[in-house]
Amino acid sequence: MVIFAILAALTVAGGLAAVMLRNTVHCALAVAVAFAGLALLFLRLNAQFAGFAQILVYVGAVAILVVFAILLTRNSETPATGVFSKTWLAGLVIAAAVFAVLAWAVIKSQAALPQEQTEPQISVAQIGNALMGRYVLPLEIVAVLLTAAMIGAVIVAMHEKGSAK
Amino acid sequence: MQGTNGFALQTAASGITQLLWLIPAIPMVAAGVIALLKQPARKLAATLAIGSLALSLLLALVAFSHVLSGWTSGHNVRETANFTWLQFGTSTVDLGWVLDPLSAVMLVMVTFVGLLIVIYSTGYMAHDENFTRFFCFLSLFAGAMLGVVIANSLLLLFMCWELVGLTSYLLIGFWYQKPSAAAAAKKAFLTTRVGDIFFLLGIVWLFAQTGTLLFYNSGAGSMEPAALNGLLAAPAALGLSAATVIGLLIFAGAAGKSGQLPLHVWLPDAMEGPTPVSALIHAATMVAAGVYLIARVYPLMQAGTPAGGITTALTVVTWVGAATAVFAALIAVAQDDIKRILAYSTVSQLGYMMAGLGLGGVAVGMFHLITHAFFKALLFMGAGSVIHGVHEEQDVRKMGGLRKAMPLTFATYAIGMLALSGFPIVFSGFWSKDGILAAAKDAHFSRGPFYLLVFGAVLTAFYMTRQVSYVFFGKWRGHGHAHESPAVMTAPLAILAFFAIALGVIGTPAWPWFRSFLEGHAAAIEFGKFGESEFLVLLLTSTLIVLVGLGFGWLLYGSKSPAPEERDVLEKAVPPVWAALRNRLYVDEFYGVTFIAFYKWWAEVADWLDRRVWGGIVALVIWVFGRLAHFDRFFDNEWVNGGFDKGCEELYSGGGLLARVQSGRTQTYLRLLAVAVVVLAVILIWSSRP
Amino acid sequence: MSPLSCYLLVAALVFAIGLAGALTRRNAILVLIGIELMLNAANLNLIAFWRYGPNPAALTGLMFAVFSIAVAAAEAAVGLGLVISIYRHLRTTDLDEISRMKG
Repeated sequence: MVIFAILAALTVAGGLAAVMLRNTVHCALAVAVAFAGLALLFLRLNAQFAGFAQILVYVGAVAILVVFAILLTRNSETPATGVFSKTWLAGLVIAAAVFAVLAWAVIKSQAALPQEQTEPQISVAQIGNALMGRYVLPLEIVAVLLTAAMIGAVIVAMHEKGSAK
Repeated sequence: MQGTNGFALQTAASGITQLLWLIPAIPMVAAGVIALLKQPARKLAATLAIGSLALSLLLALVAFSHVLSGWTSGHNVRETANFTWLQFGTSTVDLGWVLDPLSAVMLVMVTFVGLLIVIYSTGYMAHDENFTRFFCFLSLFAGAMLGVVIANSLLLLFMCWELVGLTSYLLIGFWYQKPSAAAAAKKAFLTTRVGDIFFLLGIVWLFAQTGTLLFYNSGAGSMEPAALNGLLAAPAALGLSAATVIGLLIFAGAAGKSGQLPLHVWLPDAMEGPTPVSALIHAATMVAAGVYLIARVYPLMQAGTPAGGITTALTVVTWVGAATAVFAALIAVAQDDIKRILAYSTVSQLGYMMAGLGLGGVAVGMFHLITHAFFKALLFMGAGSVIHGVHEEQDVRKMGGLRKAMPLTFATYAIGMLALSGFPIVFSGFWSKDGILAAAKDAHFSRGPFYLLVFGAVLTAFYMTRQVSYVFFGKWRGHGHAHESPAVMTAPLAILAFFAIALGVIGTPAWPWFRSFLEGHAAAIEFGKFGESEFLVLLLTSTLIVLVGLGFGWLLYGSKSPAPEERDVLEKAVPPVWAALRNRLYVDEFYGVTFIAFYKWWAEVADWLDRRVWGGIVALVIWVFGRLAHFDRFFDNEWVNGGFDKGCEELYSGGGLLARVQSGRTQTYLRLLAVAVVVLAVILIWSSRP
Repeated sequence: MSPLSCYLLVAALVFAIGLAGALTRRNAILVLIGIELMLNAANLNLIAFWRYGPNPAALTGLMFAVFSIAVAAAEAAVGLGLVISIYRHLRTTDLDEISRMKG
């Protein structure tokens, strides 16, 4: 329980930092911390594969990507005007509303939630078999998706390179 | 009319009675066809007119022979053919025609004289450019007049009566480019109209009182005893019965058409029309229609005759007739236009006829009508021949000595003149006038009419002698040379002259065929009647009258031929009297000052009313509507349009507001998404609660 | 408070934080960061339910989460590429100023 609390706090703190810091690079690093916290939570939930995949992909690729993007779109260290939108309160309220609804749903449905306590023992072989067996179609589609995304990103970037002088 | 010692009544409608309507229809159809022809189709128009009238004459002769055969076999024929024309609820308006001795005699006379005049017209109007139009109108007139004759319904009679008036208007104003002709036509129409208004009142009253306008309808007609008794019983104004008043109203219509005092003013002016028109319409037929009407409604006029006396209606008829006779004869003495003398003579003779009807009954009046038709037509056509021969001169003072230049015309004219004057024994006019004088002499209610009629006879002979002297005797005072008229004009004259003499035969006391025929009893030839003292006294009186008139006239005018500029003999003698007579006793001027002036004033009042009052009201209404229209436009512009525009503006700005949602800013969209998700979630959770 | 509920709450919290960031920050990249946080929170939810669910051997939740990670990665790449492209056109990443989609 304690571990859970620590990990949860870490994740939440990282998230908060990510949205609240002024320096965008700091935000990017904070979100990386949040990702890491989430990965650890996955590990705690016996989803080792997901946890490691999270680290590999999110912390390793997405966070770096974000940092690259920030660095490429720098026009100033910190903007003169505030980092928050003019109507930040509306957004905050909405987010709070969403949290409220979700929390309420969770708390109210406590009795109906499943309570399985035994930890699942999953091997990578099982995951592999599932991927190639039952989930082969999503796998292939995701492959296509990734290819498309790659090509798309290249095209978007390349066009800009061509026209921007 | 049913003789008590007379024949039995025969009323079954025979074949000819059913076809009686053809007699007026054929000339009317001919008129219609001629109306469609173009002007140059003269021969065709004349042929149609003559042919249609000849056909009608033929049919009239058939009808006459039917009645005659009925009379010889001892029946008093009175056949009717009626039919219903209109129906209002339970009452009906019927029309029909009647064939009895009265209508048979009249049919033959009208068709025969009409045919002769139409033939005469082909010669007289030969140089006129409106030849075809003339024959169209003439045929239409003939048809209408025949319709009046055969009518068994007062309504049908009235309709044809009006048609006769219309055609008379068209024919008098035939040369309408002449303002005097147009004015004369108008005067004729309007004056007869005055009489016709009273006539119409009489018709309506009769219909209201008796429920029928048919004369004879197997006992249900208005001239039959049942209806007459009802009329006698119904009271009208001034202590008179309805029968009397209706009779007087109908007489007013007859007075207009027949030119009785005071509605005579149109007849002399009607001489503006061509001479054949004067001959046909204003001598023989149309003016006789009034007399015929009174003869037709005689049972009504005669209803309720006190023993040995005379009804009020007939008294009025007699006095008016006698007064007219003298009045017109006086004026005729001082006229210089050949046709105008004859016109006033006609008015005078019509007065005689009316007096004859009143005093002596239908036969007396009708006999004079028949004889008068022949010799007056003869005189008019002779006058036309004279006018034609002296190249359209109509003033008698500019003629003279024509008996050598136009012998045939002179001979026939002399016969006509003597017939009109009533020259004893030989001429028909003597017998017919004698009948009237005899009836007048026997009148118990007053001797006045008798003296008036005698005086009128003297005047008649006098002014006719004056006219004949001026025209045919003495020296020729005109321009150029006179010549005799062509045969197509003189032949009818000869035929009429023959009848002017021959017709006398059927009206003598020795053989009163005409009277017997009309009244439906046997007629025996009794030469003994000639020997009766009454007759001889009357014969002497009449002869005296005629000789006095003729002699006096010859004395004054004889073979003298005063120059046109010289004053007349009588004028020199009694200038004021002459002036009064010459100016037609100022009747026209009197009317002008009274009725016409009043009417003019009234017209001006009406005009003022129309322009100021009604016009003002109309203008007011227009103004109100104008204001309303303005307000309406204002309302439409300001409130409706403005309101609509405002609404649209609101919509526009509302749209603008909504458009702000599409700000193009991503975060706005995201927020909206999130809100939507929240709402959806809430709804879903809420709805799934147990 | 069952463990599952705790995990779910944490996930909800992270989700809300991510949403707040996406809705309020002006920088486009930070909006993307927020979106990634949201996705991650969803993943956590999935794994939690897989762990405490009735049939973990079927691997449904796990697979779902793995695929989600893969797709999220692709999406992040493309998204950031787009942001960079916009930056090149408009020289700014400030969302308040980018309203080309207006109307």
